[in-house]
Formats: sequence, structure tokens, C-alpha cells
Amino acid sequence: MSNAATGGEHAMPKVGDPAPNFTLHSTPDQCVTLSELSGHPVILAFYPADWSPVCGDELALFNEVLPEFRRYDAELMGISVDGVWCHAAFARDRKLHFPLLADFEPKGAVSRRYGAYRSHEGTSERALFVIDHAGLIAWHYLSPVGINPGADGVLTALEHLSKNGSN
Amino acid sequence: MAHLTPPVGPQDKAQGPATAPVTLVEYGDYECPACGMAYGILKRVQNEMGDALRFVFRNFPLTEVHPHAEHAAEIAEEAAVAGRFWPMHDLLFENQGALDDPSLVAYGEQLGLGERDLLIALGGSHAQRIREDFLSGVRSGVNGTPTLFVNGHRYDGPVDPESLLVILRQQASLNG
Repeated sequence: MSNAATGGEHAMPKVGDPAPNFTLHSTPDQCVTLSELSGHPVILAFYPADWSPVCGDELALFNEVLPEFRRYDAELMGISVDGVWCHAAFARDRKLHFPLLADFEPKGAVSRRYGAYRSHEGTSERALFVIDHAGLIAWHYLSPVGINPGADGVLTALEHLSKNGSN
Repeated sequence: MAHLTPPVGPQDKAQGPATAPVTLVEYGDYECPACGMAYGILKRVQNEMGDALRFVFRNFPLTEVHPHAEHAAEIAEEAAVAGRFWPMHDLLFENQGALDDPSLVAYGEQLGLGERDLLIALGGSHAQRIREDFLSGVRSGVNGTPTLFVNGHRYDGPVDPESLLVILRQQASLNG
């Protein structure tokens, strides 16, 4: 299921559109560039903020489901407007085994290009994107603010990509 | 999305009649504080609903944030083999602060299970079964713990007795 974009000044890219490229810090001295991941499916999980409660936490869930994502050779990345040091502390505390990218300066610039920015709150939306091996948007989902989306939609999208023989 | 897969079947741990008009499924983690809160609430809801409700528990341990969750689930599965699943389920939720291995073995012995079987369980003999529950939860749209399903549909409302009783009674009258 895909919802229309509501966040930020940009529309959410449509299925089949090229995923907007970006380079963001994953640690104080390392960056991730989306285009360098081509050849793998990529899962982008935009989320409002580090340090939300543990049990209902989408990232804790995705962390547990990571082995299933890896079966499809997919790379998972979380993105929020928190800075690298905040991400580092959060990832360590929650034992996250995937990178958190800092959409920090200019604030929310990547989230805006994905139509996943909440201007009035100054945070990312809770939005998921699956990008195919060629860098095209294969699936996206904008979640209601208070409801974590679960991982079933992502898995179904990855399964679909793998059945269509794009790897 | 958010529809229970697979449906409740003979592989599940259930309380209440299979013919009940409402089935409530919980995906839970014995070490999760929110599941601990839900435990008492669900007991109350079960009492209120009586034979109109079947309650099912499936494992959804978040092992990275809850270091004892997997072992607790393994002990509960071992108890299930001996027909003591529900007493163990209750013991674990009533003792959430003490879920280390020696405590888990002590709960098992308290319920008459043998130490050797308990240690084998802690070695992972039920890990596959627990993973199956976990993956069925992921496929069903579980988005945290606890996640509840009412007659197969994910319940996203508040977990308090009043709200739950409203939807459970509504479903009971539709299917009763």
C-alpha cells in the first residue's frame, strides 16, 4: 500500500522513479552514497527521532528482521535528522546492526527530497522505501505518525523484486 | 497488510474454547515491559469475556534489546511439551525482573519439569519453533510488542481493558 506524499515541500517519488541520490554521514568519519549501493536492493527507513520507546520501536523490530532482509541481499539504512553522535549512542544502546544516516546538515534535505519531511515538527516522517538493483523506487509506504509500519510490506516488496529476476 | 498468517491452528497455545466467537492473539516477549503491563490487562479481559474468548500466545522475542527473552521463550516451549505452558507463561510475566538462566530453571522445577530437559531447552532445542512464531508475526504485520490480533486483524488501539472489551464484545456479537 502506498500513500500520497504529505510531508515537506517535495512530493514523494513515485514507484518506478529513480531514487534521489544522496551522500550522508553514517559515522563521524564515514559517509554512505546511495548510488554506490547499486546492484543491491536498498531499504530506506525514515523515522522521526532516535530514543523513542524500546518495545514499540520500529528500528528494534527491523534489527531483528535483518537476517530476512539479508536473504534478499538487501541493505537497510535508517535515516533521521539526528546528528552522528546521537546516532552512534542510540545504535550502541539498541545494538543496531545496520547504519543510521544523519540527515542533519542541511537539516532534513534528503528527507525533503523523498517527500518524507514534517516541516512543522522539524523531523522526518515515518516512511519506508525499497529501491531496486537499478536504483529505481520499487515500493514505498508512508505510515500514520503513531503507528509503526512493521516489516511485512518491505519483505513482500523484496520478494517481488527477487521473483521478477532483477538480481 | 496486518492480517494474521497463518491463522490460529493446532500448533498454537490457546486458552478458551476453539468455538469461541472471538480469538485474541498476542505476539509477545516475556522480557518486554509493555507485555508485562498487558499481561494483567489481558487476564482481566479473559475473565470478563469468559467462554466467548479464545486467547492465543505466540512468541516474538526482541533478542537484541531483551537479553533474556529468547531463553524465557525456550523455557515456556519446554513447559508446553509437558502440558504446563500457561502456568509457565504466567510465572514468567509475574517475575519479569528475574529471567536469568538459574531463575528460569527454578521456575521449570517449580512446575515439575526435569533439570536436564530444561538445560536442553536452554541449548536451543525449541529455537526453530520460536523463530517460526517470530517470522509469522513479521509476515502478519507485527510492529512491536505486544501486538494483538482480533479475529485475524491487527488491533492498533489502546491496550486497556475498556477499549479491548469494546472491540471483543463487538466481534462476539457479530459472530455469536
